[in-house]
Amino acid sequence: MKKKAGAPKKLGGSRSQKSKVVKKTKPQANESWRMRLYVAGQSTRSVAAIANLRRICDSHMPGRCTIEVIDLMRNPELAKDDQIVAIPTLVRKLPEPARRIIGDLSATDKVLMSLELTVV
Amino acid sequence: MRPNNSASATNVRFAKQKSARALATNAVDRLEKAPTGITGLDEVTLGGLPRGRATLICGSAGCGKTMLAVEFLVNGVREYGEPGVFIAFEETKDELVVNAASLDFDLAKLVRQGKLAIDHVHIDPNEIAETGEYDLEGLFIRIKYAIESVGAKRVVLDTIETLFSGFSNTALLRAEIRRLFQFLKSFGVTAIVTGERGENSLTRYGLEEYVADCVILLDHRVTDQITTRRMRIVKYRGSSHGTNEYPFIIDEQGFSVLPVTSMALRHKVSNEVVSTGVPDLDAMLGIGGYYRGSTILMSGTAGMGKSSFAAALARSACERGERVLYFAFEESEQQIVRNMRSVGIDLQPHLDSGRLRIIAQRPFLYGLEMHLVSMHKEINRFRPAVVVVDPISNLISAGTAREVSAMLTLLIDFLKTEGITGFFTVLTENGGRMETSDIGISSLIDTWMLVRDIEVSGERNRGLYVLKSRGMNHSNQIREFLLSSKGIKLVEVYLGPSGVLTGSARVALEEQERDASVRQTDDNELKLAQLEHRRKAMEAHIEALRAEFEADSAGVKKSVSLENKREKKLLDNQGAMARSRRANGHLPQTPNRK
Repeated sequence: MKKKAGAPKKLGGSRSQKSKVVKKTKPQANESWRMRLYVAGQSTRSVAAIANLRRICDSHMPGRCTIEVIDLMRNPELAKDDQIVAIPTLVRKLPEPARRIIGDLSATDKVLMSLELTVV
Repeated sequence: MRPNNSASATNVRFAKQKSARALATNAVDRLEKAPTGITGLDEVTLGGLPRGRATLICGSAGCGKTMLAVEFLVNGVREYGEPGVFIAFEETKDELVVNAASLDFDLAKLVRQGKLAIDHVHIDPNEIAETGEYDLEGLFIRIKYAIESVGAKRVVLDTIETLFSGFSNTALLRAEIRRLFQFLKSFGVTAIVTGERGENSLTRYGLEEYVADCVILLDHRVTDQITTRRMRIVKYRGSSHGTNEYPFIIDEQGFSVLPVTSMALRHKVSNEVVSTGVPDLDAMLGIGGYYRGSTILMSGTAGMGKSSFAAALARSACERGERVLYFAFEESEQQIVRNMRSVGIDLQPHLDSGRLRIIAQRPFLYGLEMHLVSMHKEINRFRPAVVVVDPISNLISAGTAREVSAMLTLLIDFLKTEGITGFFTVLTENGGRMETSDIGISSLIDTWMLVRDIEVSGERNRGLYVLKSRGMNHSNQIREFLLSSKGIKLVEVYLGPSGVLTGSARVALEEQERDASVRQTDDNELKLAQLEHRRKAMEAHIEALRAEFEADSAGVKKSVSLENKREKKLLDNQGAMARSRRANGHLPQTPNRK
């Protein structure tokens, strides 16, 4: 769970990465994704959210998705920037526009819909 | 580093809580309070908001919730050394800073000094999709972070109800809000939570259920197009408090509440007498003036010179070196100065020296509360010895008669508590009974004087009498007074068959009496002359009688002596004849035998 917190820079050149998407995706299919997940410590919801996000990324956009997990217990000052109120909160930084999803991401369909990764 | 700090902070906190609990059990009514530093509010709450607990401030939009909260924080930093945190759900930090700047609060500076933390929590319901379970730990973390970053003792959440628009799971929200208050309590911070007024409840989402310690309701209502703001303490657990609705204003100095705590009539009383500024009136009152700290009402019809008496008092106080605050609701400052000069009262030097301050404003400029609270504030700032309100009757246009009466009661009580001499004028309508003032504050007045027009034989003259004056052996006479360039002069009283004579009638009577006395003098002189004359006649008569008597007595004496001589001659003759006849032998005894 201790993911690389605060290393967003690394996505700089990832746009050129190509990987054939198996599923049909409405939005920018080839684009790389940058997700930031805010959690608080080791709470069950946080742990579940991280696991769920992993699973979704791996199955829907393998290799194109960078996940950044921020533990607000350790870095409370980061909560301001993304206006975090609820925990867990997932913020899709890329592709634009930014999207916010709250909850432990257990409702996969909802997550995909919100992320415009339409799945059926 | 941080965990250590927070651990020690936690220990301190627990210790504090313990001691607070001990305090609470030891002394029943000794809830610790955090002063707000807001004029009047601390009086009404008997010391401030409950320390270490949350207070709910509720009210409709624009009633001043946020301003009250901001001032609570700013005063905490400035006056009580308690840093604060402002969690803004509605305004951004920049908006808040700009808004507070209108009240002369430099929030940005306090933030730079590390005494204040502002966190804008933005919740956009459109941006948020809910997928599964969540809680508001993020908010908690932000609040905790803000509190710890400045070591806050005071926290404001403005307004937490915004959460209800952002999250659909209300059951969860309520549980989280309940947890939030526990969370705040665990920090030992004094919190203000604001809430929008609901339809049938204090707040739209029933926040009062969670914040049960102290609830303050703000209100503003519009009557006759004039807004009045009021506040009321709905509940205050563990403390007594004022229960009334108190008017308040928000102006460039911030929030001020007009407290009604002086109702106990415990003000100390002065025996000192201050001159009325009119020597004749000093004499008329019996003690040489008004009592210091008393309240004087002068009622009368239009144009009777009420303001002149007010100005006379103001001038005499200024000449003694005291400060005078003059609230004028009819004339501007310059107009007062000019008009008073015409009756020989020059106020300009006192204005220049700063001892006199005239605040002239139209009564309908603000609501009644605004007037009285602002008067309250001006008095507190200027610290005058004398306050003039000219006239109070004009305030009626800013409220109903009952409100005016209630407000003036507060003002008078305040003046008395402060030992300030109050001089009010009130305009009474022609035709109504003079003794009943429309304002209904006559019972609060110590010295009540009435100026009235006395209309006789085509003239309108000014009369003055003392209706009542507590603690003074005052004259009961209606006196006429004259306003001239030499000032106010009470003239002697002339009673005629139809009452007091004034004006020409008085002058005529004065003339008449002067004539009469002249005539009397003439009469007396005449009588004296006659008497003298008679005396002289009498003396002449006596002289004549005496002369007659003397003449008589001289005659009598003469005849008597002639008689004696003749008899002697006769005897001599007889003796000579006897001797010549030598008839009896014995010669000399013959005349004796006869």
